[in-house]
Amino acid sequence: MLYREAGQFKTTYAADQQIFPIRQDRIAVLALVFVAFAVVPWVANQYWLSAILIPVLIFSLAALGLNILTGYAGQLSLGTAAFMAVGAFAAYNLDLRVHGLPLPLVLVLAGVFAAAVGAVFGLPSLRIKGFYLAVATLAAQFFIVWALVKFPWFSNDSSSGVITTQKMRLFGKVLDTPAQKYLFTLTVVALLALAAKNMMRSPTGRAFMAVRDMDVAAAVIGIPLMRTKLLAFAISSFYCGVAGALYAYAYLGTVEPEGFTLDLSFRILFMVIIGGMGSILGSFLGAAFIVLVPIGLNVSTQWLNGVLQSGLQWSLPGSLTSNLELMVFGGLIIFFLIVEPHGLARLWQVGKEKLRLWPFPH
Amino acid sequence: MSFFFEVLVAGLLSGVMYALVALGFVLIFKASGVFNFAQGAMVFFAAATYAGLQQEHHLAAWIALPLALAAMVVLGLAIERVVLRPLVNQPQITLFMATIGLAFFIEGMSQMFWGSTPRGLSVGVEDQPFQWLSDRYNVNVSQFDVFAAVISGILVVLLALFFQRTRIGRALRAVADDHQAALSVGIPLQYIWAIVWAVAGFVALVAGLLWGARNGVGFSLTFTALKALPVLILGGFESIPGAIVGGLIIGASEKIAEVYLGPHVGGGIEGWFAYVIALAFLLVRPEGLFGERHIDRV
Repeated sequence: MLYREAGQFKTTYAADQQIFPIRQDRIAVLALVFVAFAVVPWVANQYWLSAILIPVLIFSLAALGLNILTGYAGQLSLGTAAFMAVGAFAAYNLDLRVHGLPLPLVLVLAGVFAAAVGAVFGLPSLRIKGFYLAVATLAAQFFIVWALVKFPWFSNDSSSGVITTQKMRLFGKVLDTPAQKYLFTLTVVALLALAAKNMMRSPTGRAFMAVRDMDVAAAVIGIPLMRTKLLAFAISSFYCGVAGALYAYAYLGTVEPEGFTLDLSFRILFMVIIGGMGSILGSFLGAAFIVLVPIGLNVSTQWLNGVLQSGLQWSLPGSLTSNLELMVFGGLIIFFLIVEPHGLARLWQVGKEKLRLWPFPH
Repeated sequence: MSFFFEVLVAGLLSGVMYALVALGFVLIFKASGVFNFAQGAMVFFAAATYAGLQQEHHLAAWIALPLALAAMVVLGLAIERVVLRPLVNQPQITLFMATIGLAFFIEGMSQMFWGSTPRGLSVGVEDQPFQWLSDRYNVNVSQFDVFAAVISGILVVLLALFFQRTRIGRALRAVADDHQAALSVGIPLQYIWAIVWAVAGFVALVAGLLWGARNGVGFSLTFTALKALPVLILGGFESIPGAIVGGLIIGASEKIAEVYLGPHVGGGIEGWFAYVIALAFLLVRPEGLFGERHIDRV
């Protein structure tokens, strides 16, 4: 009843090509943005902001980056965490060595560095594809982390490459409360998500999708494979780099190269798979899901432990949660790939289709 | 010179161990086109099961070994039934991602069963150099490495015989060649896949025992799979000889690079050097040394 596009006529091309052609969608998205910017910082407490909302936003951005590469351009990469590390360390060094560089510019330049590194490691994609390429991106993962540890210049000669990020300054004001950091992260993520959404509707995005669906056919219809693939690597790494910089600055504060492990790369890949490959919304859903599942598991095992202890004087082994987490992640990946290969984003779409008819059967 | 020789032999012998893990990948890839990222997790599970049975339940080796083998076969069959069968006809990359999920699942499961503390494991051969070699030629060659290489060699010969001489082996090669054609001459595809996964479980057990005896049975065993990946891309995914040759090349060049190049760049290059070699090879031959050349058609 509520969600009907009946009566909404498009009279111009511009109106027809809006991001959200249905009025209800526009209202819902604007409301969501309003709530995220104006209500959440006042309502959410410190724990929610700094332990859940900020990481979800940052991982969404990283997942978005990987989604551009894997979901849209079809090039599987297992080096996401390494590109995040490049972004984090580039931002740190820019802030350290160039005085008075404003924070937004630091983020952009960090992303550009990551994009350059990503394009270099994307070079093998011109010759090889499929999982040969996936394995090749592992080279990036191991090499970058090794280089960041081995060359102390990157971490300003700190032991074992640990860096503590500088304070975030925006227009002379220090961002130090969780709410301020949240608002800054949210702004960056919202802008980049909007850019990504538009980019994927542009000729660039369509070229990516053509390459994903069949690269030989794409080459035949005149899409330059080399440029498209390298561009996909560069754009994807740009997003991951900015996400990495935010990860260091707005979320953790202290990072080391070894924190950007293969495990993190897999986790971001899982976000993309569970959220939905080739979907901007999916990146956000997937990131929220992967961040929340361990927390949910932790809470439920603690609760179960409490019940067991009071009832049976018996408690679960301490390592259970982490092992259970591995099993749940693995199981969910398999489940989603079998049952819903397009992820949560597809479920959302199905829900919307249903809503259009509701409450009528046809 | 004898030092160079020593490094080379040590590298070649550890390359054989890489090849052993790579063999598990090749077997499954040949028969079902699945690039099984969970092979490393299977190696870990196999070693943990054997070590756990032996040390927690105090079983003799000759009981623990068949039990561990049975566990691996059951695991292989379960994977085929639960994960792969519903994913038939999906793109290869989807199957690959499913096996990444599988790797996580198996890692969690084995730690849940057998605990996460690393264990030692002994196969009865010590990691010590042959006395007579070091006395006479001043070359240190580890007994254990040679033992592992001999076991791997036997395994490869057995697998080659199995593939070439038996009825099932012939069916396996037919399936590897063309699924549809194999189906149409009456080869039961799922039965073949079940066998392949069981055999891969067996290979994982052998690899797990050898690697476990060398480095201890712990979570780090799962990283052996990451070592096997450059071996695979170098040798080609479809080729058993490729896995062996690739393993030897990677093992030797990695050790030599670590010893001669490592000090100049700060050491610790073993982690990524293998990948760089493999990438360099790929730029020349994108399908690996012995891989099959695929022609793309629109």
